[in-house]
Amino acid sequence: MYPTDYRYTKEHEWIKTEGAVGTIGITDYAQAELGDVVFVELPKVGAKMKAGQSFGTVESVKAVSEIFSPISGEVIETNPALSDAPEKINSDPHGAAWLVKMRLADPSEISGLMDAATYQAYIAEKAREHSA
Amino acid sequence: MTTPATAEIRKTALNAVHRRLGAKMVNFGGWDMPLEYSGILSEHEAVRTRAGLFDVSHMGELEVRGPGALALVQHVTCNDAAKLIVGQAQYTGLMTSRGTFVDDLLVHKISDTHYLLCVNAGNQDGDFSHVVSHNRFDAKVENAGPRYSQLAVQGPRAKEILQRLTPVSLDPIRYYHFAFGIVDGVECLIARTGYTGEDGFEIYFHPEFSEQLWNNLMQAGESSRILPCGLGARNTLRLEAGMCLYGHEIDDTTTPWEAGLGWICKLDKGAFLGSDVLARQKQSGVDRKLVGFEMLDKRIGRDGYPVLIAGREQGRVTSGCPAPFLKKNIGMAYVPPAASAGGAEIEISVRSQAAPARIVALPFYKRPH
Repeated sequence: MYPTDYRYTKEHEWIKTEGAVGTIGITDYAQAELGDVVFVELPKVGAKMKAGQSFGTVESVKAVSEIFSPISGEVIETNPALSDAPEKINSDPHGAAWLVKMRLADPSEISGLMDAATYQAYIAEKAREHSA
Repeated sequence: MTTPATAEIRKTALNAVHRRLGAKMVNFGGWDMPLEYSGILSEHEAVRTRAGLFDVSHMGELEVRGPGALALVQHVTCNDAAKLIVGQAQYTGLMTSRGTFVDDLLVHKISDTHYLLCVNAGNQDGDFSHVVSHNRFDAKVENAGPRYSQLAVQGPRAKEILQRLTPVSLDPIRYYHFAFGIVDGVECLIARTGYTGEDGFEIYFHPEFSEQLWNNLMQAGESSRILPCGLGARNTLRLEAGMCLYGHEIDDTTTPWEAGLGWICKLDKGAFLGSDVLARQKQSGVDRKLVGFEMLDKRIGRDGYPVLIAGREQGRVTSGCPAPFLKKNIGMAYVPPAASAGGAEIEISVRSQAAPARIVALPFYKRPH
C-alpha cells in the first residue's frame, strides 16, 4: 500500500526522489480522510518552497486540506491532469495523482522524513485515537 | 453546532450498524453519526436518481398533549398550526421573544389534543426547556426523543421500496402529510417529508426495531440500488434544495424575514413569541437577506467565508459546497438587501483571494416530478 521507496510527512504528504528531483503527493490515508476530492489548487511552476511551507490545497466535498511541502526546493512541474480530474487523487494517490515535482534545494532533508514502516505505524496510531 | 467537550457523545440505536458498514463517523450536535459510507458523491447521486436510506434517529421529538396543546404550539412557533388537519405536518420556527429562531422544526398534528414536534438533534434539550418555560396553557410536554428512532427513505424510488414493506397505501399520503401504520410488522408514523429535495418518507418507530427496519429497507431497496447515506450527502442534498440548516442559515440572531422564511411567519394568526418584533421588522424592513449564489470559477465558497460587494466585506457565507448533481459550486449567504437581487455579481473571499460568484434564485434544484 505505502511504497517503500517513498518518504512521508506527519501531514500525510509523500515524496519520491530521483536524483535531485522529488515528486510529491498526498497519501492514501489523506485521501480516505478527505473523501471525494473535487478541487486542487497547486503552486505555479517556478515557485520556491521551504520545507513545511503550505503550497496549495486539496478540497473534498466536505473539507479543505492544506498541502505542505515535505522539503525545500523549486516547483518544476505540476500535474496537469488534476484540474479536470481531481478525483484521481482518490483512485491513485500514490501514482497518477502526484501533485508537483520539485528540484530539491537540499536532498539531505529527505532523511528527516518517515519511511513507509514508520508512517504506517503513525497512521495506525491515528486510527486508534480516532476510534477511541 | 458546538458541543461542550465534557458532554458524553450520544449514539443512535444503529451505531453498530454504521460502524459495521465502515461509515466514517463524526460528532454532529453531540451525536456520533455517519458522515459517509461509500462517499458523498455516490450517496448524493443515489438519492437524486434512485434511493438513499438515512439514520436520522438523532433528531429530537417533543410531544405536546392536552386541551392546551394547540395554544402552546401556536404561542411558541411562527407558522399557523391551527391550519393543520389531523395527519398533516408543517415546517415552522420555534421563536424567541425577539422573533429569532430557537430552532426550526416540523409540527405533526396527531389529533386536536396531540402534536409531535420533530426538532434538531443538538437543540432538543434546549427546545424542550424553552417550550416548557412558555407553557401557561396547561399542556403536557414530553421530551420524547429516547422513545423514537427515525429513518428517512429518500429518492424517486423511495415510495416503491417502502411500499414493499407495508400494507399502508403510500400513494394517498400527500407531501407533508403522514399516517400511522405497520411497516415490516412494526408500528410506525409514516410521514411524506424529507430534507433532500426529493420525494420520500420519514418513519418514526420504537428504537428496538431499528436494526430490523434498517436491514429490511436496505434489502427491499436492493434491486433499486439503494445506498446507505450519511450526514455529508444530507447536507449537499438539502443545500441544493435550498433548505436552511440550523446553526448555519438560521440561529437565535436571525428572523424569518431575513432568512427568506416569510412563508412560515403568519402574523395574522394572532400574537405569538416575538410576533411584535416580527411585525415591526416587516414594516421597517431587514438589514440583511439570505441569498443563494453560484461560483463562477472552480473555487468553492464555504461556510464562514466573507462575501465581498464592491470589494468590501458585506456578509458571510452560511453554507457552501460543491453541488454534486448540478455540477457547480453553490452556497447561501447573508448580504445587504440592496445587493440581494438575482443576477448580481459578488465575490467570495476564498483564502484571502476574491473569487467571482453570482446571486441566483433559490432553490438551486427542484425535482422534475
